[in-house]
Amino acid sequence: MTDAFADQVALLARRSVVRTARQPANVVFPLVFPLLLLAVNSSGLRSATHLPGFPTDSYLAFALAVPFIQGALFATMNAGTDLARDIQTGFLNRLALTPMRSIALLAGQLGGVMVMTLIQAAVWIAAGLLLGVHFAAGPLGIVVLFVYALLIGLGFGALGAFLALRTGSGEAIQGLFPVFFVFLFISSMALPRNLIETDWFRTAATINPVSYLLEGVRSLIIIGWDPEALGLGFGIGAVLAAVALSLATMALHTRMERT
Amino acid sequence: MGDEHGIVASGLVREFKKGPRAVDGIDLLVHPGEIFGFLGPNGAGKSTTVHMLTTLLPPTAGTATVAGFDIVRQGPQVRAAIGAALQEAALDPLLTGREHLKLQTTLQGLPRSERARRGELLLERVGLSQAADRKVRGYSGGMKRRLDLALALVHSPRILFLDEPTTGLDVQSRTALWDEVRRLARDDGVTVFLTTQYLEEADVLANRVGIIDHGRIVAEGTPAQLKAEVGRPTVEVVPADPDESERAAAIIARFGEPCAGARGVAVRLRTGEADLAEIIRALDAEGVKIENLELHQPSLDDVFLAKTGRSLEGAGEEEEELEPVLEPA
Repeated sequence: MTDAFADQVALLARRSVVRTARQPANVVFPLVFPLLLLAVNSSGLRSATHLPGFPTDSYLAFALAVPFIQGALFATMNAGTDLARDIQTGFLNRLALTPMRSIALLAGQLGGVMVMTLIQAAVWIAAGLLLGVHFAAGPLGIVVLFVYALLIGLGFGALGAFLALRTGSGEAIQGLFPVFFVFLFISSMALPRNLIETDWFRTAATINPVSYLLEGVRSLIIIGWDPEALGLGFGIGAVLAAVALSLATMALHTRMERT
Repeated sequence: MGDEHGIVASGLVREFKKGPRAVDGIDLLVHPGEIFGFLGPNGAGKSTTVHMLTTLLPPTAGTATVAGFDIVRQGPQVRAAIGAALQEAALDPLLTGREHLKLQTTLQGLPRSERARRGELLLERVGLSQAADRKVRGYSGGMKRRLDLALALVHSPRILFLDEPTTGLDVQSRTALWDEVRRLARDDGVTVFLTTQYLEEADVLANRVGIIDHGRIVAEGTPAQLKAEVGRPTVEVVPADPDESERAAAIIARFGEPCAGARGVAVRLRTGEADLAEIIRALDAEGVKIENLELHQPSLDDVFLAKTGRSLEGAGEEEEELEPVLEPA
């Protein structure tokens, strides 16, 4: 990476973080909403831990995986709407007239998303520790959890960037947000898959990749080192990131077409 | 053709999917150091032309060179030579003016040691030093336009594209921007390609004007040449006593052909404004007292009217702007 390219990426990443920080709703809501949902679910669904085969006696520990995915979904929306705004205001054209390599824009934008993802992950983990959650995989597991959160943030952020570059509309991104949430709700978010009694729901949760992303996080918190859960989680996260980054790169190339 | 340091276009065409030709075979010659006004109503093809000349949109047909570089084959060289403030100030409302300059100086590849100094210089030049640390969303329209101009000048471009830079600005902001554009052309030798739908702007600012309508250039020349092409000045006389109108009309008819006046009687002068003194003397000799006497020079709107059969004022309302999109045809 040349100095000039590194400068461009660093500055654009900084811009992404600064923009998010200057929109309090974009900082507070993605932190408060998942914590609120965590509080509600962990008290309301505590009795689920009495079900035979439930993997832990702390529903809080079980549900702590959910904010990681919710945070990634917010990253999708924020990255997408920011980029869409750049398209709508003509800011992208301004950037296209500079010698900047177009990939620096994507790298910078996603760099910013990942900084926010790190902050969010630190908040979820701190909240868990404060509320007495024991991280079964230990300190190294927490480090792996940060890496995992970054991978998921990268994948969803790239997906948001792709949608923004294809549609050029922040409203379109916001319109798709509830669709992403549906994927979260029909996953193993509230119960382990083997304890879901309704057949269609269990089947939907089993084919839904979000279930495996959740189970990857959950394994580090409540099981310890589970190679299968981690492998599936990291594998799906990596595929999501690779596909979304490829799509976003192609869309960026088309959007920033110049002679 | 062949001035390698200005702008030369030949048969430039741009077609959009499922649309008419937004630009339909235009030829252009902009000399280095001049301010060229590209005048036309909304939807005439001004912005599409600018997008092609700035390499943001490939032409469907035709060729063009900007600063001596081919817009299709030498895009990076063109972009290095030009600055552009496109329609609507393309700014990030959440960043400050200073942060915009920092971003632009970095992306333009200025050495680290020069970035801050260049940024400060430009902020000062456009009068935004005091507001440099305020977020852009708090800027007025004029301030945004001035920041947009500063950003376009970061890398000291030889050619500057300004796409409707004063649309929506108040008179004071507009005048300030005109002064800066004049200074750039006069002191720094920057070639300015300015699109506008304002007659006055083209008239007072541009050395030469190209008038575009429906994607075609319908007239090109200095404002004076264009006006001279369409006709001679008219004189309108309003007698102090309305009953004297007929006599006044008969007297001034000696100097040209009668034509419609807004308030009084009028003639299109046969030999130009040199007759003005003679008209006043003749009216005085005949004892016709005058309340008002006005000399009307042909305007660029008259030029547009003569070339297209429509008035430029309001012409765009009949048409729909074809927004340039960065997609191949």
